[in-house]
Amino acid sequence: MEKFETYTGVGVPLRRSNVDTDQIIPAVYLKRITKTGFEDALFSAWRNDPEFVLNQNAYRHGSVLFAGPDFGTGSSREHAVWALRDYGFKAVFSSKFADIFRGNSGKQGLVTGIIDDATIEKIWLALEANPGLEVTVNLVDKTVVVGDIRADFEIDEYTRWRLLEGLDDIGLTLRDEQSITDFEAKRAAWLPKTLPAKGA
Amino acid sequence: MTSKPLTLAEKVWNDHLVAKGENGSPDLLYIDLHLVHEVTSPQAFDGLRLAGRPVRRPDLTIATEDHNTPTWDIDKPIADITSRTQIEALRKNAAEFGIRIHSLGDVDQGIVHVVGPQLGLTMPGITVVCGDSHTSTHGAFGALAMGIGTSEVEHVLATQTLPLKPFKTMAINVEGTLRPGVTAKDIILAVIAKIGTGGGQGYVLEYRGSAIRALSMEARMTICNMSIEAGARAGMVAPDQTTFDYLHGRPHAPEGADWDAAVEYWKTLPTDDGAKFDAEVYLDANTLDPFVTWGTNPGQGVSLLDTVPNPADFADPNDRAAAERALEYMDLTPGTKMKDIRVDTVFLGSCTNSRIEDLRAAASIIKGKTKAEGVRMMVVPGSAKVRLQAEAEGLDAIFKDFGAEWRFAGCSMCLGMNPDQLAPGERAASTSNRNFEGRQGKGSRTHLVSPLVAAATAIRGTLSSPADLEEPN
Ligand code: SF4
Repeated sequence: MEKFETYTGVGVPLRRSNVDTDQIIPAVYLKRITKTGFEDALFSAWRNDPEFVLNQNAYRHGSVLFAGPDFGTGSSREHAVWALRDYGFKAVFSSKFADIFRGNSGKQGLVTGIIDDATIEKIWLALEANPGLEVTVNLVDKTVVVGDIRADFEIDEYTRWRLLEGLDDIGLTLRDEQSITDFEAKRAAWLPKTLPAKGA
Repeated sequence: MTSKPLTLAEKVWNDHLVAKGENGSPDLLYIDLHLVHEVTSPQAFDGLRLAGRPVRRPDLTIATEDHNTPTWDIDKPIADITSRTQIEALRKNAAEFGIRIHSLGDVDQGIVHVVGPQLGLTMPGITVVCGDSHTSTHGAFGALAMGIGTSEVEHVLATQTLPLKPFKTMAINVEGTLRPGVTAKDIILAVIAKIGTGGGQGYVLEYRGSAIRALSMEARMTICNMSIEAGARAGMVAPDQTTFDYLHGRPHAPEGADWDAAVEYWKTLPTDDGAKFDAEVYLDANTLDPFVTWGTNPGQGVSLLDTVPNPADFADPNDRAAAERALEYMDLTPGTKMKDIRVDTVFLGSCTNSRIEDLRAAASIIKGKTKAEGVRMMVVPGSAKVRLQAEAEGLDAIFKDFGAEWRFAGCSMCLGMNPDQLAPGERAASTSNRNFEGRQGKGSRTHLVSPLVAAATAIRGTLSSPADLEEPN
């Protein structure tokens, strides 16, 4: 996972609340065998609507999402995070996230920051007044800058630390790789090895 | 020096500690053997690609194709697109990451839990994981073996370790001698009926006692296999001479001085006298009958000599509701003799009961007998090797003469991911491990049975044990 300190990209106003994971990515896409390539599936039901924000040229390459309250509720599918990530989103802001979605996001390097509804409303207005406006997310001092607005956001400290360090679950384990290597050095020689293959 | 007496499971755990978790965080355990199949691995490999990580220990990893593989016409392309895609993805991933794979048509292909032991890769005292809940099977060797999810598969591929929270231990004491016609499958079905499908939750089970010691490795695997049906993540049997004899000479078993060193270590593994289990259960092997399920979870089982229970007799309202629903789904009436239940299909297979001993047991019953009118019997060996061995012993001819279908190896009708499925409303006597609604096909009705009961049922057409064959139908 890449380290996340600051990031600048196009802000997208998603004026919807209660965006559940079925809306983020419908179940039909769960049959796939990859963990990537879900960009087409993101918000797939809404993508047919020309008015939908991501269908407008200015926001098409958006990468910082500002959504209404209760984002990511519903099924625990990790695919919801994969779809956002694959589309290019680096951060999502809302006044309230579903817990599992937040947990899954942290594991995949997607920042989920909490900003109160009144401030989100101001950010929406700023983005709509200036479609395609670039915003800067700063995870070090926990702020997001949208034009004249400089908003603080909240994020769980442990997740923030992991994102700053670029550590997913595996990365965390590998921080202590030396102890794995030490353990391996002590393993008995007769323990099973699949290679070279014997059999038949 | 006096150290605290330990259980088998605790010893294996302690010997694999890479790092002890602090302040409630999990321990980090080293994984000795990682088994991979096509269904739960593709996203794990993709995750590695995404992060640019290699497989840390390809030499401790092995893949086989089983869940989706056809058991007929295995030389033809797989018709179902999803199945074919999953299998092709596994082949591609194995090639890219340098993992040994046994593909359809290969002599070592088969159900992942049959292949590991058969190659001698499953050994006492090791840790085994696989993205499949029935990994508990390998506990029969005294290994700590458990099923994991896809994120964990990725974690093991990348690090060869797994963060795990400590578990509790439960002793399942089975004393006595099984009567003829009663087998390991009946023991485990009786255990699950006794402790319930959630009874083992949070525990590693250790099967102990004279009845367990008397069992073959195949039979111990049958028992450990279904630990998950009792809610436990793992089940174990302490290694003994039976274990060593089974392993000796297998392709990947240690040789020469290594073998001696291994056996010396393995002999230290059994639970110490005076070690304390968090829970203990007792079962009398002397009085056990063949066991069969009547409902839609593996805990809903009774003696074959019994009748379909009346939901009203269940004290617990949840059990009562579950029984009512199960009987409706299974289309059964309380009070019906289990032996009067007629089946359409008999399935002999799955990682529970598809090893050579299971096929021999069933073949010994049907030899020279005629199959019941209108009953279909499918025999699906657990691996290509088991199939070959059975053919060398002439078992295939016995099955074919009887009118059974002699198929290629795979999971097959255990879960119906391939075309081997029951039609809606069809009823099967199945040697597999799950009788969930729709498990063997939409609307399918499953009775879990032992291979002996499966064979006798195919002859009489109704749920039967070999003892019933002596009476007129
Ligand atoms: S045989 Fe059945 S239970 Fe065993 S691994 Fe295959 S699908 Fe799972």
